Amino acid sequence: MQAKTTILSLPTEEFVHPGTRACTGCGLAIAYRVGLKALGKDTILVVPPSCLTVLQGLYPVASTMLPCLNVTFASTAAAATGVLAALKTQDNHHTTVAAWAGDGGTADIGLQALSGAAERGDNFIFFCYDNEGYMNTGAQRSGTTPIGAITANTPFKGKAQQKKDVTAIMAAHKLSYVAACSAAYPLDLYDKIKNCLSLPGAKYFHIHIPCPPGWGYDPRYGIKIGRLAVETGYYDLYEIISGRLRLTAASEKLIEKRKLIPVREYFRSQSRFKTLNDEQIENIQRQINEKWAGYYSKDEA
Amino acid sequence: MHIIENGNVAAAIGVRLCRANVIAAYPITPQTPLTEKLSEYVEAGEMKAEYIPVESEHSAMAVCIAASSAGARAFTATSANGLLYMHEQIQWAAGARLPIVMCLVNRAVGAPWNIWNDQQDSISQRDTGWIQMYCADHQQIIDSVIKAFRLAEKVSIPVMVCYDGYILSHTYMPFDVPEERQVDEYLPPFQPEYALRPEDPANLNTVTLPDVRKDVHGEMAHGYMEIRYLLQEDMRKALNVAAEVEKSFAEIFGRGGNPYLEDYRCDDADFVAVGLGSLTYQLRVSVDTLRKEGIKAGVLGLRYYRPFPDEAIFNALKGKKKVIVFEKALSYGYEGALASDVKSALYEYLAATGNLPVVQNFITGIGGREIRTEDLTKYFRAATQSRVSKEPFWIGLKL
Repeated sequence: MQAKTTILSLPTEEFVHPGTRACTGCGLAIAYRVGLKALGKDTILVVPPSCLTVLQGLYPVASTMLPCLNVTFASTAAAATGVLAALKTQDNHHTTVAAWAGDGGTADIGLQALSGAAERGDNFIFFCYDNEGYMNTGAQRSGTTPIGAITANTPFKGKAQQKKDVTAIMAAHKLSYVAACSAAYPLDLYDKIKNCLSLPGAKYFHIHIPCPPGWGYDPRYGIKIGRLAVETGYYDLYEIISGRLRLTAASEKLIEKRKLIPVREYFRSQSRFKTLNDEQIENIQRQINEKWAGYYSKDEA
Repeated sequence: MHIIENGNVAAAIGVRLCRANVIAAYPITPQTPLTEKLSEYVEAGEMKAEYIPVESEHSAMAVCIAASSAGARAFTATSANGLLYMHEQIQWAAGARLPIVMCLVNRAVGAPWNIWNDQQDSISQRDTGWIQMYCADHQQIIDSVIKAFRLAEKVSIPVMVCYDGYILSHTYMPFDVPEERQVDEYLPPFQPEYALRPEDPANLNTVTLPDVRKDVHGEMAHGYMEIRYLLQEDMRKALNVAAEVEKSFAEIFGRGGNPYLEDYRCDDADFVAVGLGSLTYQLRVSVDTLRKEGIKAGVLGLRYYRPFPDEAIFNALKGKKKVIVFEKALSYGYEGALASDVKSALYEYLAATGNLPVVQNFITGIGGREIRTEDLTKYFRAATQSRVSKEPFWIGLKL
């Protein structure tokens, strides 16, 4: 383990120009900016249509200072394979290939290509920035939209189904590295990227991305809400190396504290959960408690 | 060196000789022996390339798109529903101006399922911005693959090399395999103008506006419409480039001819059959039969379907009494796409001659229905005598 990066030791070199087309308070803008710092200059990016396509700007202007290939929605991971294959034939074994896709582009339409590339063991990093819906097209439900969330196409009752656990799916591919991160903890993201760069095969990052227009909150509260998701034990920060899960950053601290903020506070911070009733919230709280009881007993063992 | 092999192997040898860097493929009959052969070459070390066994055709083309964008010579092959599953990516490859080469082993498309030959698959991709070449025998398959890479890289447009499933892909025929050094001379290593390079970063295929827009230096950049216009312009120019590609091929390899069309006994013919692929060689037998009967028949095979060699077609067909278009595909709700295109080429030059041959459209061999030469001859003969039908006539239909 390397020493933890602090805001003071974070490299000052930027790979994203200021003034992107992202929405005010966009969580992706933070994760992307810090993520590219960790990836460094010798990187080629692959991006499907998503909020990131918008963030990157309109031709002939680009906000990203790294080479980037925009690809079709379903093809992100396969395109990463293609870049990698080309680099291999050029005897380039140093350039990092990194795909950045939204949750729709990962959990839904992009899952087949991602699973294929993961199974082939292609040496690249796949980032799923999860704002929990098709936010770029007006906030429709996706596979990773949480239960109870109101979206543009679950307008009155909220989504009836559970959030798809893509991180677990990717862990089941027995990757060398799988991580769950949050835009509210950018230094944790930075360190995890640095940790995995030298590992072989495909690496998967899931990043929880607070989204002001999609989730319904004042843009200034994005970090607070992202942290609340972690501090309530609702969304956990962890890494899985060789099949072993280890909680990190604020989630790791929760193990010591043995105390979670009630998840009700998280739900009450966003208008998308306004139709969740007490019974539903209690039900979710019970599931969180059970999950954490598992973490505690593992810790004691 | 002359060898006897099947059509898929002819294609695979061509790809090996062209030193493709990245090959991505998903299995589909009747393409599989081609890509299996390439995996053999790579695994045995006979070919220095990355072979990517992808999980779908959509991903096969994704790998090719990305590899080509990163400066590699990329190849894939597919058939029928595999091609249709790729459709979005096919359009993308053309829009991104990537010189990918793909062999399309023609097969009928579902539903219902059918694994046999017709040409509905490639014809359905006519308007995607890909160059389409059609082969009539194994020599044309290997030669077309080599020409395809050269043409694609000269015009920055992807090329589909189409040949009939089973009829060509699985039959054995003698053909000449060019020398490696000859191919190296003909096809220098792929060096794109721009590619994904960390030392010179570019953002490729960004969202592009309906109108032109200035860049940060004040230079005007193309809008979407300009980019698409240039694809059309370069597609049309590709006809001239195809002629150059054919000429230099003949110089090095000692064979070649008309780059666009292959005619058989057309010069003095009154009645000319037009088609794509192996069907045009089968029709030569019919032409010989009709000639013996005193009917001045000929057959014209198209080597390129897109860009459409309209001027060459007009010149070959002007003054003919009848044009009989035999097709293994059609545009449902109208007629064979080739028939429409041939008519359109003739119409454009109508003013120059003042007369227009009658065009008869025959549909044949759909879903692998056996194409009997005596049937071709029978309907060819009938069409020379009177109009068989206004609507496309389906040969061998048993209703």
